[in-house]
Amino acid sequence: MKDQFVVPARLKKTSFVLMGIGLLTLLIGIFAFHGEHGSARLWAGLLQNSSFFLLIALASTFFIGATTLAHGGWQIGFRRVPEAISMAVPVLGGILFLILMIIVFGGNDHIYHWLNAHHVHEDKVLSWKSAFLNKGMFTGFTLVTIGLWIFFTIKLRNMSIEEDGWDLSAATGRRIIWRNTVWCGAFIVIYTLSVGSTTPWLWLMSIDSHWYSTMYSWYTFASTWVSGISLIILFLVHLKRNGYLPMVNEEHLHDLGKFAFAFSIFWTYLWFSQYMLIWYANMPEETAYFQPRVWGEWRPIFFLNLLINFITPLLYLMKRDTKRNYSSMVFISILIIFGHWLDFWQMVGPGTYGHLVFPWYEAGLGLGFVGVIIFLVTNNLAKAPLVPKNHPYLKESIVHHT
Amino acid sequence: MAVKNFVVASFSDEAVLFPAVKKVRTAGYKIHDVYTPFPVHGLDHALGLRETSLHTAGFIYGITGTTTALSCMSWVFNSDWPMNIGGKPHFPLPAFIPITFELTVLFSAVGMVLTFCYLCQLAPFVKKHIFHPRQTDDLFVMAIEVTSKTNTEELKSFLASVGGQQINEQRAEAGWWYGSFAKDDRLFETKRVEAVNA
Repeated sequence: MKDQFVVPARLKKTSFVLMGIGLLTLLIGIFAFHGEHGSARLWAGLLQNSSFFLLIALASTFFIGATTLAHGGWQIGFRRVPEAISMAVPVLGGILFLILMIIVFGGNDHIYHWLNAHHVHEDKVLSWKSAFLNKGMFTGFTLVTIGLWIFFTIKLRNMSIEEDGWDLSAATGRRIIWRNTVWCGAFIVIYTLSVGSTTPWLWLMSIDSHWYSTMYSWYTFASTWVSGISLIILFLVHLKRNGYLPMVNEEHLHDLGKFAFAFSIFWTYLWFSQYMLIWYANMPEETAYFQPRVWGEWRPIFFLNLLINFITPLLYLMKRDTKRNYSSMVFISILIIFGHWLDFWQMVGPGTYGHLVFPWYEAGLGLGFVGVIIFLVTNNLAKAPLVPKNHPYLKESIVHHT
Repeated sequence: MAVKNFVVASFSDEAVLFPAVKKVRTAGYKIHDVYTPFPVHGLDHALGLRETSLHTAGFIYGITGTTTALSCMSWVFNSDWPMNIGGKPHFPLPAFIPITFELTVLFSAVGMVLTFCYLCQLAPFVKKHIFHPRQTDDLFVMAIEVTSKTNTEELKSFLASVGGQQINEQRAEAGWWYGSFAKDDRLFETKRVEAVNA
């Protein structure tokens, strides 16, 4: 039984090539997009990609937290996979924090209009919102949330690795369950109050600073959560293909597929709830958000988004056989991650640089972040045994049957 | 339907039942059915039953609901009685979505329940033979059909060897007939009376 992951040289090379593409695109971007209006795209692309990839890595921490609180046993066999993915959070969180700080304190206001003091003073809506939308609040909240996410992610990972050195007695088992439940419970509270509420308001919704939607954070959460599940599937299938994790089989993949299916529909539910209420009320201050997206240049992206993120997973993942097949799950996982990347693009783009452009810059940066994730996750997978051998629910995972 | 001969065995535990089902099938006997007090995971695979097509039926009912809702609403608001509601277009798709969704769910749910009842022959006034009064209570009951090739005595000793209890022969209707369970003997009531007298 191969219990210790060794990073394949080819994958390592791929991750370096992807990171190189990302860096090169960033360099070209710095030269291509400069000046008063040009640099909007430079920073919008960075904001879109870094927040998206940070949140889908964080979805793995949420996966560990939610399944632990639900006393799930089926995921223990591959628990080290979401753990390794979650270990990308510290690095990606640092990158995003750096980008946000440059955007906020860099002296430009084309990403967040509420940064312009003169503009805010003239504008009644923005001056009313300025108690919340200001530099201090933004920085403080970003620092606290990213800090807490990193703290909890590292804590959960370290606990899991520490438990490998314990014994297999009933008392130890109870202790493992108890302390994991407590820490995961605390993390879920933090996660819900940040990703499920305030964080997307500050980072993404405040781009369209006059507009607001109470569905926005849940919608962002659903987007990143379903992409996070897909990311777990991709790494799981990679490990299976290379002969690791012998006790993980189609049953586990089937359950992850059900998650991807269910949360694709959950995403659509939130997407539609946000859209329909605004469409029905038809108030100018609310429809302003959808004007460029549905009736403007972004119309094709708007419908492509719905096609990739709702229609395709709905019809494709409905069949039991596609959820149990490794190749078909790889295909749909890549498609879902791409679709929600597209979703983030149309959330950030219209409010910053406005025009629909061919996203070579955004896609290049995205590939760079994919490279970073592959590099970090494979390294973290190699750092610890692939099976948490002392976890009391491990047997439940091995005999799991959907 | 046909009246057939059966050899019936009870099992106290699913851990005994599973290997027994496997051995009985390997030995070539024809299992009529296995009755369990609760749904047993993987028993359908062990029995070699084919994958149910209930979900395909559910999908068809679902798209029927979608079509019904969309065509009905668009007919009403476009040709039968066009109305101006809040200045919205006559085919306001977003406003139709909730009702379309609900009819899809309603059609597929009700349709699947009825199909399930049909497949399991569950309906009022449909009666079937009960091989053991405790088969839906706490016993796992296996009924094996006696064909022309079956040696009954051999089968009985074979069932005993794989853990079967209360092995007996029954001659019963294999399918269903019109009738009512309400008129049957109420075994649980007689039992209670005995307990009080003792």
